Amino acid sequence: MSQKTKLGIKELSPIDVYRLLPKTNCKECGFNNCMAFAAKLVNREVSVENCKPLLKKEHVNAYKQLKDMLKPAVKEIIIGTGDKAVKIGGKFVMHRHELAYFNPTCIAIDITDEMTDEEIIDRIKRTENFQYEHIGQTLRLDMLAVRSTSNSPEKFKATVKKVNENTRLPLILCSLNPEVLRAGLEAIPGARPLLYAVTKDNWREIADLALTYNCPVTVFAPNDIKLLKSLVKTLLEYGVEDLVLDPGTMYGEGLADTLNNFTMIRRSACKYGDELLGFPLLGVPMTVWMESASLAKEIVIWREACLAAMLMVRYADVLILHNIDGWALLPNIILRQSIYTDPRKPVAVEPGLRVFGTPDENSPVLFTTNFALTYYTVASDIESAKINAYLLVIDTEGTAVDSGVAGRKLTAEKVAESLKASGVENKVKHRKLIIPGKASRLSGEIEELTGWQVLVGPRDSSEIPKFIQEKWQIQR
Amino acid sequence: MDKKEEPSIGLKLSPRLIELLAKLQEIELEDLEMDVGELEIWIQPGAATSFPNIKTALPAAAAKPVKIVESEFTPPVETYPGRVCEVKLGAMKNEGGTRGKTITIGGETAPPFYTFEKPTPNPPVISVDVFDMEVPLPKAVKMHVKDVTGDPAAWAKLAVEKFDADLVTIHLISVDPLQKNASPKEAVKTVEEVAQAVDVPLVVGGCGDPAKDTEVFEAVAETFAGERFLISSITRDMDVEKCAKFIKKHGHAVLAFTPMDLNLARELNRKLYEYLPREDIVMDLTTAALGYGLDYSFTNMERARLAALMGDLELAHPMSSGTTNAWAAREAWLKLSPEWEPRELRGPLWEVVTALTLLLAGVDLFMMMHPAAVKTIKDIIRQLMAGRGAGKSDKLAEWVLMKF
Repeated sequence: MSQKTKLGIKELSPIDVYRLLPKTNCKECGFNNCMAFAAKLVNREVSVENCKPLLKKEHVNAYKQLKDMLKPAVKEIIIGTGDKAVKIGGKFVMHRHELAYFNPTCIAIDITDEMTDEEIIDRIKRTENFQYEHIGQTLRLDMLAVRSTSNSPEKFKATVKKVNENTRLPLILCSLNPEVLRAGLEAIPGARPLLYAVTKDNWREIADLALTYNCPVTVFAPNDIKLLKSLVKTLLEYGVEDLVLDPGTMYGEGLADTLNNFTMIRRSACKYGDELLGFPLLGVPMTVWMESASLAKEIVIWREACLAAMLMVRYADVLILHNIDGWALLPNIILRQSIYTDPRKPVAVEPGLRVFGTPDENSPVLFTTNFALTYYTVASDIESAKINAYLLVIDTEGTAVDSGVAGRKLTAEKVAESLKASGVENKVKHRKLIIPGKASRLSGEIEELTGWQVLVGPRDSSEIPKFIQEKWQIQR
Repeated sequence: MDKKEEPSIGLKLSPRLIELLAKLQEIELEDLEMDVGELEIWIQPGAATSFPNIKTALPAAAAKPVKIVESEFTPPVETYPGRVCEVKLGAMKNEGGTRGKTITIGGETAPPFYTFEKPTPNPPVISVDVFDMEVPLPKAVKMHVKDVTGDPAAWAKLAVEKFDADLVTIHLISVDPLQKNASPKEAVKTVEEVAQAVDVPLVVGGCGDPAKDTEVFEAVAETFAGERFLISSITRDMDVEKCAKFIKKHGHAVLAFTPMDLNLARELNRKLYEYLPREDIVMDLTTAALGYGLDYSFTNMERARLAALMGDLELAHPMSSGTTNAWAAREAWLKLSPEWEPRELRGPLWEVVTALTLLLAGVDLFMMMHPAAVKTIKDIIRQLMAGRGAGKSDKLAEWVLMKF
């Protein structure tokens, strides 16, 4: 195949990019010169459009070349419009350490056209209201997938209309029947939902719908990547360009095939420049509900969550789920946050003394490590309880308390040094140090080295407020 | 407990899982206040770049295809110069030990479960944690082991017979000078009891004190010469030479622990190579809990495995994960507001998702705790080992029409 003309993410150098920039060092982009901007572009930290001169007519060719040179291996697709839109895909690499993953996996919750109005509204509300605060971010669900189980165009149209009136989330319209999908689209003509799905049997009708309504469309070819590619090629030639790929989500004995298909598709796109497979991947963990009649609900939810986790790790850009129970969704939205964290960001925060509220000479002194996740968790627990305190952040080279103690990155010596260097002894009258419960084994040594009395705090910082209230007050 | 066992198929969890999960008990911890933010601040990442308009007419139908345009697909198979070494754990009678079976891990010649390239040579295995004294355990775990805590032999039996553990890890934490400061002799006695109670290969864990662990490991290694235990673990601040020598002398294997840094892992392995063959070394690159650094563990392990396959011999060892660390995440054990309950399900699922993520990064040996989590991971490993070609897709399209 002659598609290997484009340079991979690793091969592209700032020089390649610099050559196409205006080279005037005008600083309009906020960087000192065009070379610095080129370096940022290669790292995908800025977009080409930040170079204003490049957008002028005389640079149109260079702009186009740059756009093409910098475009992701997996096309970025927009679903919905305006403030309702989400972006999926836009991936440059297979492995997050090669750069970073962009556009976190969108999670869609299903609704059917045979559910009662109450049930539909309830599922919309639960999806929209779902949120969890973790490390300074609010984690949410992203979309609704409206399925036609009635296969009736009128019913589907009415349901899509109802859903659209009651939500601000973008939609996936699901039916393999073009007449049903058409009816759904008629209800929300300008909303740009994702259509599900083109198959080998209905591709022409659905391609026409996608063109008429300017919608992205899912290509569904279960466990058949050759067919999937053929359909993609056909649609591209037909003029439909915004595609999403569903190679089928099978569980049980089909699990290995499912993960292999997702992996082969993503590798073909990222490492072999296969543009026919360079589209976002859609997984449907809710297929587990198809053989669930004899099983307890919790078991099926459990399975669905396992499948969702594996697909999230193995490249899914959209997932359609049935379950909305928090206990099963929480691990997955936190997993999503984890793997979509930019691995180039530092693991550690600045060590040193932090002041919370307005502490006085009687306020507690605590310590924690400079691992970013540990620090932010502890800080948010102290802040939300409005405690006036000093928090000593110890340089453990970015490890958490327990692994710091185990790996000897958090030692009594380090605590003593940091305590001394912080000057906190001039700020408080007492000589009492609250240490993390998971560092309790260091307490004797810390007392010896610092001369301070150690109070072993809770093992989890969520209990700091209670600890301060109960133990610190008594101490005083 | 109902003894009726069902052979489980993949993600089909047997009814026993429900029992394992469903023992909901009274709740001790205070509710965590949920921060319910304003809906108005809801922001979609990078939204609003296009406002497509409905097109009034179809574009010119110039050369549109009228039938499917065929394309070819060649699986993107690569070959790798490297291979992860195999490490055998446990020794049977004819091999100088007393174990009823041995377990071999590692040997990979392709990334984890890239079965379109190569089959996975040895299934990843699970070692269930057993502690030699009472330890604080999350409630969801405690309810399954409360009858055996403080009795490591009974705990080990439960782990093997009921939880289906491939191996058992006996954590000798009572030897900690800051805890009970139990003697090496007492530790040996505990290991003896466990080794008598179960015949699976054993992992022997220390307390984290470098000097004491060295002493205890030496006594255990000597007493159980030839058993090929996995000594867990050797760290950079221990007397690596001394430990490696007695491990080699008495025929055991070593778990080399380093804190999330591949260069340190290489460095420790290099030291060990002076005394031990590569086939005696398993690596622990540190497992952080889901939500509390799992991304670092995942990426570290993924990088290590890819480097190994590309020929980096110093990282070409099977990987072990202290997956039990998943329970360090407060979301695994804390009582949250009702929409996130029950934690008796959330907790083990936390361990499962942590394990699944690392399974796909290349972990060969999981050290786990909750029986439902162990069962799930074992089922999924079995399915992934079955390889390709078993997926039935003919009825898959029916999910769209599925009714509840």
